[in-house]
Amino acid sequence: MRSLLRVAPPVLVGIAALIGWELLVSLGRIAPFILPAPSAIGHELVAQRGNVWDAALASGLNAFIGLAWGTAAGVLAAMAASRFRLLSEVSIPLAAVANALPIIALAPILNNMFESTSSVPRRLVAGIIVFFPVFVNTLRGLREVDPTHRELMTSYAAGGWTFTRLVRLPGALPFVFTGLRQASSLAVIAAVVAEYFGGLQTGLGSRITSAAAFTAYPRAWAFVVGACLLGLLFYLATLLLERIVMPWKTRLLS
Amino acid sequence: MTAVALTNVSKVFNPGRPDEVVALSGIDLTIGHGQFVSLIGPSGCGKSTLLRLIADLIPATAGTVEVAGKPASRARLDQEYGIAFQQAGLFEWRTVQRNVELPLELRGASRAERRARAAEMLALVGLADFAGHYPAQLSGGMQQRVAIARALAVHPPLLLMDEPFGALDEMTRERLQAELLAICAKTGTSTVFVTHSISEAVFLSNRVVVMSPRPGRITATVDVDLPARDDAARQSPAYFDAITEVRRALRGDAAAAATS
Ligand SMILES: Nc1ncnc2c1ncn2[C@@H]1O[C@H](COP(=O)(O)OP(=O)(O)O)[C@@H](O)[C@H]1O
Ligand SMILES: [Mg+2]
Repeated sequence: MRSLLRVAPPVLVGIAALIGWELLVSLGRIAPFILPAPSAIGHELVAQRGNVWDAALASGLNAFIGLAWGTAAGVLAAMAASRFRLLSEVSIPLAAVANALPIIALAPILNNMFESTSSVPRRLVAGIIVFFPVFVNTLRGLREVDPTHRELMTSYAAGGWTFTRLVRLPGALPFVFTGLRQASSLAVIAAVVAEYFGGLQTGLGSRITSAAAFTAYPRAWAFVVGACLLGLLFYLATLLLERIVMPWKTRLLS
Repeated sequence: MTAVALTNVSKVFNPGRPDEVVALSGIDLTIGHGQFVSLIGPSGCGKSTLLRLIADLIPATAGTVEVAGKPASRARLDQEYGIAFQQAGLFEWRTVQRNVELPLELRGASRAERRARAAEMLALVGLADFAGHYPAQLSGGMQQRVAIARALAVHPPLLLMDEPFGALDEMTRERLQAELLAICAKTGTSTVFVTHSISEAVFLSNRVVVMSPRPGRITATVDVDLPARDDAARQSPAYFDAITEVRRALRGDAAAAATS
């Protein structure tokens, strides 16, 4: 009941927006190539469901691989940086600046570095985009060790890797997930947008550009909807993983 | 053999720098087996520093610190003591049981042994039913009891406590004091207990060590001899006499305390 109350408002707003959109397009006589009606997009989405599904699988795989290696690299780099005070102090602002740069602009350059049938450039871009939020947040978490925990572990004569494994890593987990929540939707955006710059024509991004090139706008929008759903799926999967990995947080809510 | 022996110990923080602090100087203190000793004094007089020296969490600048007849550094590696702080300092990602098991785990105890010992300790502090809970699900007093159970888990001969009840309300505090005494009596553990409450020090201790600041040093020790340590003892003349004596010593009326 309570979760229903929490979900209801955004769902109602979403439905109202769709109705408003439909009315705007049909009553306002907006040309379909400027903005197709949701009904037209929905129609196209059903008609193209097989294609949307295949394209989402291709882009989703790229996003997932990028998310996986970017997260692994971000966590490992944060662990390395946190071992050296100076390094970690320098790297947080540096990473913040790098994160603000439009990394997606690297996509065409990376594309030229690999064969045109390679998925590697997309996975690279997605991974690089994922890396920064994960790195910055994890490093913050690793540096914030409760002084009482530190003294306790010293009293147990536990240092080095034991200390990292038992205290610093679990203590940093909430921070890692803060980074992952940002990174999961970014990974999908990166994987899709990277396809705009040529290369393999299997993913959602290439489908959107080719549909648009043929002025098949409702079809282009159907693939955009597919990309939104994919991003949402990644985000929800991250939330679910967070609940599974940190049961001590969720127990409190129930 | 004594539980703790400090000989002419001093501690200087940041030596040679503008922010140099002489935290302790000329400390001599011997604690026998099974004794309960409290350290009391105004804040900043070096109580926590003294406890950390015994625990070998920081090194002494001069003098020797021995625990269980060996150098403090050796005693720490051998887990000769358990320690508890004002903050319970539980690991929030571990259940209550796994928190108590941690020091045993680090000692390489088997799973079955850890289980059994954690169950024993949790029963001792009256939290057997909460083994599967996470720390955030417990009240402050319950968390502190888990911290005590954890400190006792390896059956250490010495228990070090730094204002463990400082953040608790008066009712919880008195109940935990009674529990702590019962546990120490049952296990024969020697205890060094830091507090800034005169009544707490007197009620718990065989001996109250009074300290004063700048530089931190021991100004008096007051032996307490209560007939029994129960609620009636809190009303006894011996209790009030000892409180008066500690209060005088804290005020710097050292002569009065020395005559005891
Ligand atoms: N790590 C440290 N670095 C510098 N000074 C310290 C440090 N720890 C304690 N001190 C100083 O040593 C003195 C004693 O501190 P402490 O032992 O914490 O006192 P208490 O526990 O009796 O309140 C204080 O003046 C404090 O500022
Ligand atoms: Mg203190």
